[in-house]
Amino acid sequence: MERIIRGRVWKFGDNISTDHIAPGRYFHLRTNLPELAKHVLEDADPEFPKKVKPGDIIVAGNNFGLGSSREHAPRIIKIAGVSCVIAKSFARIFYRNAFNIGLPLLTADTDKIDEGDELEIDLEKGLIKDLTKGVELQSTPIPPFMMRLLEDGGIVEHIKKHGDFKVD
Amino acid sequence: MGKTMAEKIIGDHAGKDVKAGEIVVAKVDVAMVQDGTGPLSVQVLKDMNLEKVFDKDNTVLFLDHATPSPRKELSNAHKILREFSEKTGAYLSDVGEGVCHQRLVESWASPGQLIVGADSHTCTSGALGAFATGMGSTDVAIAFALGKVWLRVPETHRFYIEGDFPEGVYSKDLILHIIGTIGADGATYKSMEFYGPTIDKMSMESRFTITNMAIEAGGKTGMIAPDVTTKKYLEEMGRGEKYREIKSDDDAWFEKEYEFNVDELEPTVSFPHTVDNTRTISEAKKMNIRIDQVYIGTCTNGRIEDLRIAAKIIDGNKVNKKTRLIVIPASRRVYIQALKEGLLEKFVEAGAAIESPGCGPCVGIHKGVLADGERVLSTQNRNFKGRMGNPNAEIYLGSPATAAATAIEGKIADPRDYL
Repeated sequence: MERIIRGRVWKFGDNISTDHIAPGRYFHLRTNLPELAKHVLEDADPEFPKKVKPGDIIVAGNNFGLGSSREHAPRIIKIAGVSCVIAKSFARIFYRNAFNIGLPLLTADTDKIDEGDELEIDLEKGLIKDLTKGVELQSTPIPPFMMRLLEDGGIVEHIKKHGDFKVD
Repeated sequence: MGKTMAEKIIGDHAGKDVKAGEIVVAKVDVAMVQDGTGPLSVQVLKDMNLEKVFDKDNTVLFLDHATPSPRKELSNAHKILREFSEKTGAYLSDVGEGVCHQRLVESWASPGQLIVGADSHTCTSGALGAFATGMGSTDVAIAFALGKVWLRVPETHRFYIEGDFPEGVYSKDLILHIIGTIGADGATYKSMEFYGPTIDKMSMESRFTITNMAIEAGGKTGMIAPDVTTKKYLEEMGRGEKYREIKSDDDAWFEKEYEFNVDELEPTVSFPHTVDNTRTISEAKKMNIRIDQVYIGTCTNGRIEDLRIAAKIIDGNKVNKKTRLIVIPASRRVYIQALKEGLLEKFVEAGAAIESPGCGPCVGIHKGVLADGERVLSTQNRNFKGRMGNPNAEIYLGSPATAAATAIEGKIADPRDYL
Protein backbone atom coordinates (compact mmCIF):
# COMPACT_ATOMS: atom_id res chain seq x y z
CA MET A 1 0.00 0.00 0.00
CA GLU A 2 1.19 3.49 -0.87
CA ARG A 3 1.30 5.50 2.35
CA ILE A 4 1.70 8.85 0.62
CA ILE A 5 -0.72 9.53 -2.22
CA ARG A 6 -0.50 12.50 -4.54
CA GLY A 7 -3.11 13.28 -7.16
CA ARG A 8 -5.56 15.57 -8.87
CA VAL A 9 -9.14 16.03 -7.66
CA TRP A 10 -12.40 15.09 -9.35
CA LYS A 11 -15.19 16.68 -7.31
CA PHE A 12 -18.67 15.20 -6.89
CA GLY A 13 -21.70 16.17 -4.79
CA ASP A 14 -23.87 14.33 -2.27
CA ASN A 15 -25.56 10.94 -2.71
CA ILE A 16 -23.44 9.50 -5.51
CA SER A 17 -25.05 6.04 -5.78
CA THR A 18 -23.68 2.74 -7.03
CA ASP A 19 -26.03 3.30 -9.99
CA HIS A 20 -24.03 6.44 -10.85
CA ILE A 21 -20.78 4.50 -10.46
CA ALA A 22 -21.72 1.21 -12.16
CA PRO A 23 -25.02 1.73 -14.03
CA GLY A 24 -27.49 -1.15 -14.17
CA ARG A 25 -27.70 -0.93 -17.96
CA TYR A 26 -24.16 -2.36 -18.04
CA PHE A 27 -25.19 -5.33 -15.87
CA HIS A 28 -23.95 -7.68 -18.60
CA LEU A 29 -20.43 -6.26 -18.23
CA ARG A 30 -20.12 -7.27 -14.60
CA THR A 31 -18.12 -10.34 -15.57
CA ASN A 32 -15.82 -8.08 -17.63
CA LEU A 33 -14.58 -5.44 -15.18
CA PRO A 34 -12.08 -3.65 -17.50
CA GLU A 35 -14.98 -3.01 -19.94
CA LEU A 36 -17.33 -1.96 -17.13
CA ALA A 37 -14.62 0.43 -15.86
CA LYS A 38 -14.93 2.36 -19.14
CA HIS A 39 -18.32 3.55 -17.84
CA VAL A 40 -17.31 4.32 -14.25
CA LEU A 41 -19.27 7.27 -12.81
CA GLU A 42 -20.59 8.03 -16.29
CA ASP A 43 -24.03 8.99 -14.98
CA ALA A 44 -22.55 11.52 -12.54
CA ASP A 45 -20.05 13.01 -15.03
CA PRO A 46 -19.89 11.67 -18.62
CA GLU A 47 -16.35 13.07 -19.00
CA PHE A 48 -14.99 11.22 -15.98
CA PRO A 49 -14.35 7.77 -17.49
CA LYS A 50 -12.75 9.35 -20.57
CA LYS A 51 -10.45 11.72 -18.69
CA VAL A 52 -9.59 10.07 -15.35
CA LYS A 53 -5.86 9.39 -14.99
CA PRO A 54 -4.00 6.92 -12.75
CA GLY A 55 -3.46 8.45 -9.33
CA ASP A 56 -6.45 10.83 -9.51
CA ILE A 57 -8.49 11.33 -6.35
CA ILE A 58 -12.27 11.41 -6.04
CA VAL A 59 -13.64 13.96 -3.57
CA ALA A 60 -17.35 13.95 -2.75
CA GLY A 61 -20.03 15.13 -0.33
CA ASN A 62 -22.28 13.04 1.91
CA ASN A 63 -23.30 9.40 1.54
CA PHE A 64 -20.95 8.40 -1.27
CA GLY A 65 -21.68 4.91 -2.65
CA LEU A 66 -25.24 4.55 -1.42
CA GLY A 67 -27.45 1.87 -2.88
CA SER A 68 -26.70 -1.61 -4.03
CA SER A 69 -24.11 -4.03 -2.66
CA ARG A 70 -22.35 -4.26 -6.04
CA GLU A 71 -18.66 -4.58 -5.21
CA HIS A 72 -18.09 -3.85 -8.89
CA ALA A 73 -18.49 -0.14 -7.96
CA PRO A 74 -15.31 0.24 -5.85
CA ARG A 75 -13.53 -2.29 -8.06
CA ILE A 76 -14.00 -0.24 -11.24
CA ILE A 77 -13.03 2.97 -9.42
CA LYS A 78 -9.78 1.19 -8.52
CA ILE A 79 -9.34 -0.25 -12.04
CA ALA A 80 -9.77 3.27 -13.47
CA GLY A 81 -6.66 4.18 -11.48
CA VAL A 82 -8.22 6.26 -8.69
CA SER A 83 -5.87 6.20 -5.70
CA CYS A 84 -8.23 7.31 -2.94
CA VAL A 85 -11.80 8.52 -2.34
CA ILE A 86 -12.44 11.28 0.19
CA ALA A 87 -16.02 12.10 1.21
CA LYS A 88 -17.93 13.71 4.05
CA SER A 89 -19.54 10.32 4.63
CA PHE A 90 -19.83 6.93 2.94
CA ALA A 91 -22.66 4.42 2.67
CA ARG A 92 -21.88 1.34 4.70
CA ILE A 93 -21.65 -1.45 2.11
CA PHE A 94 -19.52 0.66 -0.22
CA TYR A 95 -17.22 1.53 2.70
CA ARG A 96 -16.75 -2.11 3.61
CA ASN A 97 -16.31 -3.25 0.00
CA ALA A 98 -13.64 -0.64 -0.70
CA PHE A 99 -11.44 -1.76 2.20
CA ASN A 100 -12.04 -5.41 1.30
CA ILE A 101 -10.60 -4.79 -2.17
CA GLY A 102 -7.84 -2.44 -0.99
CA LEU A 103 -9.21 0.94 -2.12
CA PRO A 104 -8.45 3.58 0.56
CA LEU A 105 -11.30 5.85 1.71
CA LEU A 106 -11.01 8.88 3.95
CA THR A 107 -13.80 10.71 5.73
CA ALA A 108 -13.31 14.47 6.03
CA ASP A 109 -15.05 17.81 5.51
CA THR A 110 -14.51 18.21 1.78
CA ASP A 111 -16.14 21.64 1.28
CA LYS A 112 -12.82 23.45 0.85
CA ILE A 113 -11.49 21.11 -1.84
CA ASP A 114 -12.30 21.94 -5.47
CA GLU A 115 -12.12 20.10 -8.79
CA GLY A 116 -8.61 20.12 -10.20
CA ASP A 117 -6.85 20.76 -6.85
CA GLU A 118 -3.64 18.84 -6.23
CA LEU A 119 -3.73 16.81 -2.98
CA GLU A 120 -1.10 15.01 -0.97
CA ILE A 121 -2.44 12.42 1.46
CA ASP A 122 -0.64 10.72 4.31
CA LEU A 123 -2.85 7.64 4.75
CA GLU A 124 -1.41 6.51 8.03
CA LYS A 125 -1.84 9.91 9.69
CA GLY A 126 -5.08 10.60 7.83
CA LEU A 127 -3.67 13.99 6.82
CA ILE A 128 -4.90 15.65 3.61
CA LYS A 129 -2.86 18.57 2.20
CA ASP A 130 -4.47 20.66 -0.53
CA LEU A 131 -1.31 21.80 -2.29
CA THR A 132 -3.25 24.11 -4.62
CA LYS A 133 -4.84 26.01 -1.73
CA GLY A 134 -2.22 25.47 0.94
CA VAL A 135 -4.82 24.02 3.35
CA GLU A 136 -4.49 20.97 5.62
CA LEU A 137 -7.39 18.72 6.65
CA GLN A 138 -7.45 15.94 9.22
CA SER A 139 -9.63 12.93 8.32
CA THR A 140 -11.45 10.66 10.77
CA PRO A 141 -9.14 7.81 11.90
CA ILE A 142 -9.54 4.46 10.10
CA PRO A 143 -10.23 1.57 12.55
CA PRO A 144 -7.03 -0.53 13.07
CA PHE A 145 -8.55 -3.68 11.51
CA MET A 146 -9.51 -1.83 8.35
CA MET A 147 -6.06 -0.24 8.17
CA ARG A 148 -4.64 -3.76 8.35
CA LEU A 149 -6.89 -4.80 5.44
CA LEU A 150 -5.42 -1.96 3.35
CA GLU A 151 -1.88 -2.87 4.34
CA ASP A 152 -2.48 -6.51 3.43
CA GLY A 153 -3.94 -5.48 0.05
CA GLY A 154 -7.58 -6.39 0.78
CA ILE A 155 -9.49 -9.17 2.52
CA VAL A 156 -8.42 -11.95 0.12
CA GLU A 157 -4.72 -11.24 0.70
CA HIS A 158 -5.46 -10.78 4.42
CA ILE A 159 -6.94 -14.32 4.64
CA LYS A 160 -4.12 -15.78 2.55
CA LYS A 161 -1.54 -14.13 4.82
CA HIS A 162 -3.08 -14.91 8.21
CA GLY A 163 -5.02 -18.08 7.29
CA ASP A 164 -8.12 -16.51 8.89
CA PHE A 165 -9.54 -13.13 9.94
CA LYS A 166 -7.19 -11.34 12.29
CA VAL A 167 -9.34 -8.75 14.07
CA ASP A 168 -7.45 -8.44 17.41
CA MET B 1 -26.70 -2.88 31.03
CA GLY B 2 -28.95 -4.87 28.76
CA LYS B 3 -28.37 -5.72 25.12
CA THR B 4 -30.07 -4.91 21.83
CA MET B 5 -31.36 -7.65 19.53
CA ALA B 6 -28.45 -6.98 17.19
CA GLU B 7 -25.89 -7.33 20.01
CA LYS B 8 -27.52 -10.55 21.22
CA ILE B 9 -27.56 -12.23 17.81
CA ILE B 10 -24.05 -11.16 16.83
CA GLY B 11 -22.80 -12.18 20.30
CA ASP B 12 -24.40 -15.63 19.91
CA HIS B 13 -22.55 -16.04 16.62
CA ALA B 14 -19.24 -14.60 17.82
CA GLY B 15 -19.23 -16.86 20.87
CA LYS B 16 -18.79 -13.96 23.28
CA ASP B 17 -20.44 -10.91 24.76
CA VAL B 18 -20.30 -8.04 22.27
CA LYS B 19 -21.29 -4.40 22.31
CA ALA B 20 -21.87 -1.76 19.65
CA GLY B 21 -18.68 -0.50 18.04
CA GLU B 22 -16.64 -3.71 18.36
CA ILE B 23 -15.31 -5.52 15.30
CA VAL B 24 -15.81 -9.28 15.66
CA VAL B 25 -15.76 -12.48 13.62
CA ALA B 26 -19.16 -14.19 13.58
CA LYS B 27 -20.50 -17.48 12.23
CA VAL B 28 -23.21 -17.23 9.60
CA ASP B 29 -26.33 -19.39 9.32
CA VAL B 30 -27.32 -18.51 5.77
CA ALA B 31 -25.24 -16.91 2.98
CA MET B 32 -26.45 -15.99 -0.47
CA VAL B 33 -25.56 -14.31 -3.74
CA GLN B 34 -27.61 -13.37 -6.79
CA ASP B 35 -26.84 -13.41 -10.51
CA GLY B 36 -25.44 -9.85 -10.46
CA THR B 37 -23.04 -10.39 -7.57
CA GLY B 38 -22.48 -14.18 -7.51
CA PRO B 39 -20.18 -14.63 -10.53
CA LEU B 40 -17.63 -12.31 -8.87
CA SER B 41 -17.91 -14.37 -5.64
CA VAL B 42 -17.17 -17.54 -7.60
CA GLN B 43 -14.16 -15.84 -9.22
CA VAL B 44 -12.86 -14.80 -5.78
CA LEU B 45 -13.18 -18.39 -4.48
CA LYS B 46 -11.38 -19.73 -7.56
CA ASP B 47 -8.55 -17.23 -7.00
CA MET B 48 -8.32 -18.35 -3.36
CA ASN B 49 -8.48 -22.02 -4.35
CA LEU B 50 -11.44 -22.36 -1.96
CA GLU B 51 -14.29 -23.55 -4.17
CA LYS B 52 -16.38 -25.08 -1.40
CA VAL B 53 -19.34 -24.14 0.79
CA PHE B 54 -19.70 -24.35 4.58
CA ASP B 55 -23.25 -25.78 4.48
CA LYS B 56 -24.80 -26.63 1.12
CA ASP B 57 -28.42 -26.28 2.31
CA ASN B 58 -27.78 -22.77 3.59
CA THR B 59 -25.61 -21.48 0.78
CA VAL B 60 -27.92 -20.15 -1.88
CA LEU B 61 -27.41 -18.90 -5.43
CA PHE B 62 -30.38 -16.91 -6.71
CA LEU B 63 -31.03 -16.29 -10.38
CA ASP B 64 -33.47 -13.38 -10.17
CA HIS B 65 -32.04 -10.10 -11.47
CA ALA B 66 -31.86 -11.08 -15.14
CA THR B 67 -34.24 -14.01 -15.56
CA PRO B 68 -35.01 -15.43 -18.03
CA SER B 69 -31.71 -14.20 -19.41
CA PRO B 70 -32.09 -11.42 -22.01
CA ARG B 71 -28.57 -11.74 -23.47
CA LYS B 72 -25.68 -14.13 -23.83
CA GLU B 73 -23.31 -12.40 -21.39
CA LEU B 74 -25.92 -12.85 -18.68
CA SER B 75 -26.63 -16.45 -19.70
CA ASN B 76 -22.91 -17.07 -19.27
CA ALA B 77 -23.04 -15.41 -15.85
CA HIS B 78 -25.90 -17.76 -14.94
CA LYS B 79 -23.83 -20.68 -16.17
CA ILE B 80 -21.03 -19.76 -13.76
CA LEU B 81 -23.50 -20.10 -10.88
CA ARG B 82 -25.03 -23.31 -12.27
CA GLU B 83 -21.58 -24.90 -12.48
CA PHE B 84 -20.66 -23.71 -8.98
CA SER B 85 -23.87 -25.28 -7.68
CA GLU B 86 -23.06 -28.58 -9.36
CA LYS B 87 -19.54 -28.55 -8.02
CA THR B 88 -20.28 -27.58 -4.41
CA GLY B 89 -23.90 -28.61 -3.82
CA ALA B 90 -24.95 -25.02 -3.05
CA TYR B 91 -28.70 -24.56 -3.68
CA LEU B 92 -29.51 -22.95 -7.01
CA SER B 93 -32.77 -20.98 -7.06
CA ASP B 94 -33.46 -21.06 -10.78
CA VAL B 95 -35.36 -18.95 -13.32
CA GLY B 96 -38.95 -18.39 -12.19
CA GLU B 97 -38.47 -19.16 -8.49
CA GLY B 98 -38.48 -15.50 -7.59
CA VAL B 99 -36.64 -12.61 -5.97
CA CYS B 100 -33.94 -13.65 -3.49
CA HIS B 101 -35.31 -11.74 -0.50
CA GLN B 102 -38.82 -13.10 -0.91
CA ARG B 103 -37.44 -16.64 -1.35
CA LEU B 104 -35.26 -16.21 1.76
CA VAL B 105 -38.20 -15.27 3.99
CA GLU B 106 -40.32 -18.06 2.52
CA SER B 107 -37.78 -20.85 2.93
CA TRP B 108 -34.72 -19.93 5.00
CA ALA B 109 -34.73 -16.91 7.31
CA SER B 110 -35.58 -17.60 10.96
CA PRO B 111 -35.40 -15.71 14.28
CA GLY B 112 -31.97 -15.35 15.87
CA GLN B 113 -30.06 -16.22 12.69
CA LEU B 114 -27.18 -14.31 11.17
CA ILE B 115 -27.74 -13.97 7.43
CA VAL B 116 -25.41 -12.35 4.91
CA GLY B 117 -26.22 -11.72 1.27
CA ALA B 118 -24.49 -10.11 -1.66
CA ASP B 119 -27.47 -7.85 -2.20
CA SER B 120 -28.23 -4.66 -0.30
CA HIS B 121 -31.84 -5.60 0.49
CA THR B 122 -30.81 -8.66 2.49
CA CYS B 123 -32.06 -6.62 5.47
CA THR B 124 -35.60 -7.75 4.50
CA SER B 125 -35.22 -10.97 6.55
CA GLY B 126 -34.74 -8.88 9.69
CA ALA B 127 -38.53 -8.67 9.99
CA LEU B 128 -38.38 -12.31 11.17
CA GLY B 129 -35.99 -11.40 13.99
CA ALA B 130 -32.80 -12.35 12.17
CA PHE B 131 -29.70 -10.17 11.86
CA ALA B 132 -29.59 -9.99 8.08
CA THR B 133 -27.32 -7.67 6.18
CA GLY B 134 -26.03 -6.94 2.69
CA MET B 135 -22.34 -7.21 1.80
CA GLY B 136 -20.14 -7.40 -1.26
CA SER B 137 -19.28 -10.39 -3.41
CA THR B 138 -15.93 -10.99 -1.70
CA ASP B 139 -17.38 -10.93 1.83
CA VAL B 140 -20.04 -13.44 0.88
CA ALA B 141 -17.55 -15.59 -1.05
CA ILE B 142 -15.49 -15.91 2.12
CA ALA B 143 -18.67 -16.63 4.12
CA PHE B 144 -19.49 -19.42 1.63
CA ALA B 145 -16.13 -21.09 2.17
CA LEU B 146 -15.41 -20.40 5.84
CA GLY B 147 -18.95 -19.98 7.24
CA LYS B 148 -18.04 -16.70 8.92
CA VAL B 149 -17.64 -12.97 8.35
CA TRP B 150 -16.08 -9.97 10.04
CA LEU B 151 -18.61 -7.50 11.39
CA ARG B 152 -18.70 -4.23 13.25
CA VAL B 153 -21.47 -4.49 15.84
CA PRO B 154 -23.88 -1.66 14.97
CA GLU B 155 -25.50 0.84 17.27
CA THR B 156 -29.30 0.64 17.24
CA HIS B 157 -31.82 3.32 16.29
CA ARG B 158 -35.24 2.39 17.62
CA PHE B 159 -38.50 3.42 15.95
CA TYR B 160 -41.68 3.33 18.03
CA ILE B 161 -44.73 3.22 15.76
CA GLU B 162 -48.22 3.83 17.04
CA GLY B 163 -51.69 4.60 15.67
CA ASP B 164 -53.97 2.99 13.07
CA PHE B 165 -53.37 3.35 9.35
CA PRO B 166 -56.15 5.33 7.64
CA GLU B 167 -57.83 3.53 4.71
CA GLY B 168 -55.57 3.48 1.67
CA VAL B 169 -52.38 3.99 3.69
CA TYR B 170 -49.92 1.13 4.19
CA SER B 171 -46.55 0.13 5.58
CA LYS B 172 -44.88 1.33 2.35
CA ASP B 173 -46.17 4.84 3.00
CA LEU B 174 -44.85 4.63 6.56
CA ILE B 175 -41.34 3.59 5.59
CA LEU B 176 -41.18 6.22 2.80
CA HIS B 177 -42.34 8.81 5.36
CA ILE B 178 -39.70 7.66 7.87
CA ILE B 179 -36.92 7.86 5.26
CA GLY B 180 -38.23 11.24 4.10
CA THR B 181 -37.98 12.41 7.71
CA ILE B 182 -34.57 11.04 8.74
CA GLY B 183 -32.89 11.19 5.29
CA ALA B 184 -31.21 8.72 2.95
CA ASP B 185 -28.24 8.58 5.35
CA GLY B 186 -30.26 9.04 8.54
CA ALA B 187 -29.34 5.59 9.86
CA THR B 188 -26.03 4.89 8.11
CA TYR B 189 -24.38 1.84 9.66
CA LYS B 190 -27.13 1.45 12.28
CA SER B 191 -29.46 -1.39 13.08
CA MET B 192 -32.99 0.03 12.71
CA GLU B 193 -35.40 -1.64 15.10
CA PHE B 194 -39.15 -1.15 14.63
CA TYR B 195 -41.65 -1.76 17.45
CA GLY B 196 -44.84 -0.54 19.04
CA PRO B 197 -48.58 -1.19 18.72
CA THR B 198 -48.75 -0.52 14.94
CA ILE B 199 -45.99 -3.06 14.29
CA ASP B 200 -47.67 -5.57 16.64
CA LYS B 201 -50.86 -5.40 14.55
CA MET B 202 -49.05 -5.54 11.22
CA SER B 203 -48.96 -8.64 8.96
CA MET B 204 -45.62 -10.30 8.25
CA GLU B 205 -45.87 -9.14 4.63
CA SER B 206 -46.26 -5.49 5.61
CA ARG B 207 -43.33 -5.86 8.01
CA PHE B 208 -41.09 -7.15 5.22
CA THR B 209 -41.77 -3.95 3.25
CA ILE B 210 -40.44 -1.91 6.18
CA THR B 211 -37.25 -3.89 6.88
CA ASN B 212 -36.59 -4.21 3.13
CA MET B 213 -36.10 -0.45 2.98
CA ALA B 214 -33.80 -0.04 6.03
CA ILE B 215 -30.87 0.21 3.60
CA GLU B 216 -32.56 3.22 1.95
CA ALA B 217 -31.87 5.16 5.16
CA GLY B 218 -28.34 3.72 5.16
CA GLY B 219 -29.16 1.05 7.78
CA LYS B 220 -27.07 -2.07 8.22
CA THR B 221 -30.24 -3.99 8.92
CA GLY B 222 -33.89 -3.52 9.86
CA MET B 223 -35.23 -5.67 12.69
CA ILE B 224 -38.55 -6.58 14.30
CA ALA B 225 -38.77 -8.79 17.39
CA PRO B 226 -40.50 -12.12 16.66
CA ASP B 227 -44.05 -12.47 18.02
CA VAL B 228 -47.22 -14.47 17.44
CA THR B 229 -47.45 -13.15 13.85
CA THR B 230 -43.90 -14.34 13.17
CA LYS B 231 -44.71 -17.74 14.67
CA LYS B 232 -47.81 -18.15 12.54
CA TYR B 233 -45.90 -17.14 9.40
CA LEU B 234 -43.10 -19.65 10.07
CA GLU B 235 -45.70 -22.38 10.64
CA GLU B 236 -47.39 -21.51 7.35
CA MET B 237 -44.00 -21.72 5.60
CA GLY B 238 -43.41 -25.15 7.12
CA ARG B 239 -40.73 -24.31 9.68
CA GLY B 240 -42.67 -23.48 12.85
CA GLU B 241 -40.02 -25.31 14.88
CA LYS B 242 -37.57 -22.50 14.05
CA TYR B 243 -39.54 -19.97 16.10
CA ARG B 244 -37.80 -18.45 19.07
CA GLU B 245 -38.21 -15.27 21.06
CA ILE B 246 -35.56 -12.64 20.91
CA LYS B 247 -35.88 -8.96 21.73
CA SER B 248 -33.90 -5.99 22.93
CA ASP B 249 -33.67 -5.60 26.71
CA ASP B 250 -35.51 -2.62 28.18
CA ASP B 251 -32.26 -1.30 29.64
CA ALA B 252 -30.25 -1.74 26.42
CA TRP B 253 -28.53 1.36 25.01
CA PHE B 254 -30.14 2.91 21.93
CA GLU B 255 -28.20 5.60 20.13
CA LYS B 256 -31.41 7.27 18.95
CA GLU B 257 -35.11 6.77 19.59
CA TYR B 258 -37.86 7.98 17.27
CA GLU B 259 -41.65 8.02 17.54
CA PHE B 260 -44.05 8.02 14.61
CA ASN B 261 -47.84 8.05 14.68
CA VAL B 262 -49.66 6.78 11.58
CA ASP B 263 -53.17 8.05 12.46
CA GLU B 264 -52.87 11.01 10.09
CA LEU B 265 -50.40 9.52 7.61
CA GLU B 266 -51.16 10.07 3.92
CA PRO B 267 -50.16 7.93 0.96
CA THR B 268 -46.56 8.98 0.32
CA VAL B 269 -44.51 9.14 -2.88
CA SER B 270 -40.72 9.48 -3.35
CA PHE B 271 -39.75 11.83 -6.15
CA PRO B 272 -36.63 11.50 -8.33
CA HIS B 273 -33.76 10.87 -7.70
CA THR B 274 -33.48 9.98 -4.01
CA VAL B 275 -35.77 7.96 -1.75
CA ASP B 276 -35.86 10.67 0.92
CA ASN B 277 -37.34 13.17 -1.55
CA THR B 278 -40.88 12.41 -0.37
CA ARG B 279 -44.19 14.20 -0.78
CA THR B 280 -47.70 13.38 0.35
CA ILE B 281 -50.11 12.21 -2.32
CA SER B 282 -52.12 15.44 -1.91
CA GLU B 283 -49.06 17.48 -2.89
CA ALA B 284 -48.10 15.07 -5.68
CA LYS B 285 -51.62 14.96 -7.13
CA LYS B 286 -51.79 18.74 -7.44
CA MET B 287 -48.68 18.65 -9.61
CA ASN B 288 -50.50 16.62 -12.26
CA ILE B 289 -47.56 14.33 -13.07
CA ARG B 290 -48.13 12.12 -16.11
CA ILE B 291 -46.80 8.56 -15.72
CA ASP B 292 -45.78 6.40 -18.71
CA GLN B 293 -45.26 3.11 -16.87
CA VAL B 294 -46.41 1.58 -13.60
CA TYR B 295 -44.62 -1.38 -12.04
CA ILE B 296 -46.16 -3.49 -9.26
CA GLY B 297 -43.76 -6.10 -7.87
CA THR B 298 -40.22 -6.50 -6.40
CA CYS B 299 -38.83 -7.62 -3.03
CA THR B 300 -40.46 -4.53 -1.51
CA ASN B 301 -44.05 -4.96 -2.69
CA GLY B 302 -44.52 -8.06 -4.85
CA ARG B 303 -46.18 -10.21 -2.20
CA ILE B 304 -49.70 -11.63 -2.17
CA GLU B 305 -51.03 -8.93 0.17
CA ASP B 306 -49.71 -6.28 -2.25
CA LEU B 307 -51.30 -7.95 -5.28
CA ARG B 308 -54.63 -8.25 -3.43
CA ILE B 309 -54.63 -4.54 -2.58
CA ALA B 310 -53.72 -3.49 -6.14
CA ALA B 311 -56.13 -5.96 -7.78
CA LYS B 312 -59.02 -4.67 -5.69
CA ILE B 313 -58.42 -1.15 -7.00
CA ILE B 314 -57.80 -2.22 -10.59
CA ASP B 315 -60.82 -4.59 -10.68
CA GLY B 316 -63.37 -3.38 -13.24
CA ASN B 317 -61.13 -0.49 -14.35
CA LYS B 318 -58.80 -0.19 -17.32
CA VAL B 319 -55.16 0.82 -17.45
CA ASN B 320 -54.99 4.33 -18.91
CA LYS B 321 -54.30 4.36 -22.67
CA LYS B 322 -51.18 6.48 -22.19
CA THR B 323 -49.75 4.20 -19.51
CA ARG B 324 -48.59 0.59 -19.37
CA LEU B 325 -48.84 -1.57 -16.26
CA ILE B 326 -46.35 -4.35 -15.49
CA VAL B 327 -47.13 -6.78 -12.68
CA ILE B 328 -44.61 -9.31 -11.37
CA PRO B 329 -45.30 -11.63 -8.43
CA ALA B 330 -42.19 -11.75 -6.19
CA SER B 331 -42.00 -15.55 -6.11
CA ARG B 332 -43.49 -18.71 -7.56
CA ARG B 333 -45.46 -19.22 -4.35
CA VAL B 334 -46.96 -15.73 -4.68
CA TYR B 335 -47.61 -16.35 -8.39
CA ILE B 336 -49.57 -19.57 -7.73
CA GLN B 337 -51.57 -17.98 -4.93
CA ALA B 338 -52.40 -14.97 -7.13
CA LEU B 339 -53.54 -17.35 -9.87
CA LYS B 340 -55.76 -19.28 -7.47
CA GLU B 341 -57.36 -16.09 -6.20
CA GLY B 342 -57.97 -14.78 -9.72
CA LEU B 343 -55.88 -11.68 -9.09
CA LEU B 344 -53.78 -12.02 -12.23
CA GLU B 345 -56.91 -12.32 -14.32
CA LYS B 346 -58.07 -8.96 -12.97
CA PHE B 347 -54.76 -7.33 -13.85
CA VAL B 348 -54.73 -8.84 -17.34
CA GLU B 349 -58.33 -7.85 -18.02
CA ALA B 350 -57.47 -4.30 -17.03
CA GLY B 351 -54.65 -4.33 -19.60
CA ALA B 352 -51.58 -5.25 -17.53
CA ALA B 353 -48.59 -7.29 -18.71
CA ILE B 354 -47.65 -10.08 -16.28
CA GLU B 355 -44.05 -11.29 -16.20
CA SER B 356 -42.47 -14.29 -14.49
CA PRO B 357 -41.21 -13.96 -10.88
CA GLY B 358 -37.93 -12.07 -10.48
CA CYS B 359 -36.67 -8.52 -10.05
CA GLY B 360 -38.22 -7.37 -13.34
CA PRO B 361 -37.49 -3.82 -14.54
CA CYS B 362 -36.30 -2.60 -11.09
CA VAL B 363 -32.62 -3.14 -11.91
CA GLY B 364 -32.66 -1.67 -15.41
CA ILE B 365 -31.81 -4.76 -17.41
CA HIS B 366 -35.04 -5.81 -19.08
CA LYS B 367 -38.84 -6.18 -18.87
CA GLY B 368 -39.61 -2.47 -19.00
CA VAL B 369 -36.58 -0.22 -19.55
CA LEU B 370 -37.76 3.38 -19.88
CA ALA B 371 -37.37 5.73 -22.86
CA ASP B 372 -35.69 9.12 -22.60
CA GLY B 373 -37.87 11.58 -20.71
CA GLU B 374 -40.32 8.94 -19.48
CA ARG B 375 -41.64 8.61 -15.95
CA VAL B 376 -42.41 5.45 -14.01
CA LEU B 377 -44.21 4.95 -10.73
CA SER B 378 -42.98 1.75 -9.13
CA THR B 379 -43.54 -0.16 -5.89
CA GLN B 380 -39.79 -0.87 -5.69
CA ASN B 381 -37.43 0.50 -3.05
CA ARG B 382 -35.12 2.96 -4.80
CA ASN B 383 -35.23 5.60 -7.49
CA PHE B 384 -31.64 6.62 -8.19
CA LYS B 385 -30.83 8.18 -11.52
CA GLY B 386 -30.31 5.39 -14.05
CA ARG B 387 -31.64 2.70 -11.74
CA MET B 388 -34.16 1.37 -14.25
CA GLY B 389 -31.77 1.41 -17.17
CA ASN B 390 -32.05 4.99 -18.42
CA PRO B 391 -30.49 8.00 -16.66
CA ASN B 392 -32.80 10.25 -18.70
CA ALA B 393 -35.93 8.81 -17.08
CA GLU B 394 -37.60 9.61 -13.76
CA ILE B 395 -38.60 7.09 -11.08
CA TYR B 396 -41.33 7.73 -8.50
CA LEU B 397 -41.94 5.29 -5.63
CA GLY B 398 -45.23 4.44 -3.95
CA SER B 399 -47.41 1.72 -2.47
CA PRO B 400 -49.19 -0.94 -4.55
CA ALA B 401 -52.45 0.98 -3.99
CA THR B 402 -50.95 4.24 -5.23
CA ALA B 403 -49.48 2.34 -8.19
CA ALA B 404 -52.85 0.81 -9.12
CA ALA B 405 -54.67 4.16 -8.93
CA THR B 406 -51.90 5.76 -10.98
CA ALA B 407 -52.18 3.07 -13.67
CA ILE B 408 -55.89 3.85 -14.03
CA GLU B 409 -55.45 7.63 -14.28
CA GLY B 410 -52.15 7.73 -16.16
CA LYS B 411 -50.89 10.32 -13.68
CA ILE B 412 -49.92 10.15 -10.01
CA ALA B 413 -53.22 9.40 -8.31
CA ASP B 414 -54.66 9.06 -4.80
CA PRO B 415 -55.68 5.46 -4.02
CA ARG B 416 -58.19 6.72 -1.49
CA ASP B 417 -60.36 7.83 -4.42
CA TYR B 418 -60.84 4.12 -5.27
CA LEU B 419 -61.80 2.70 -1.88
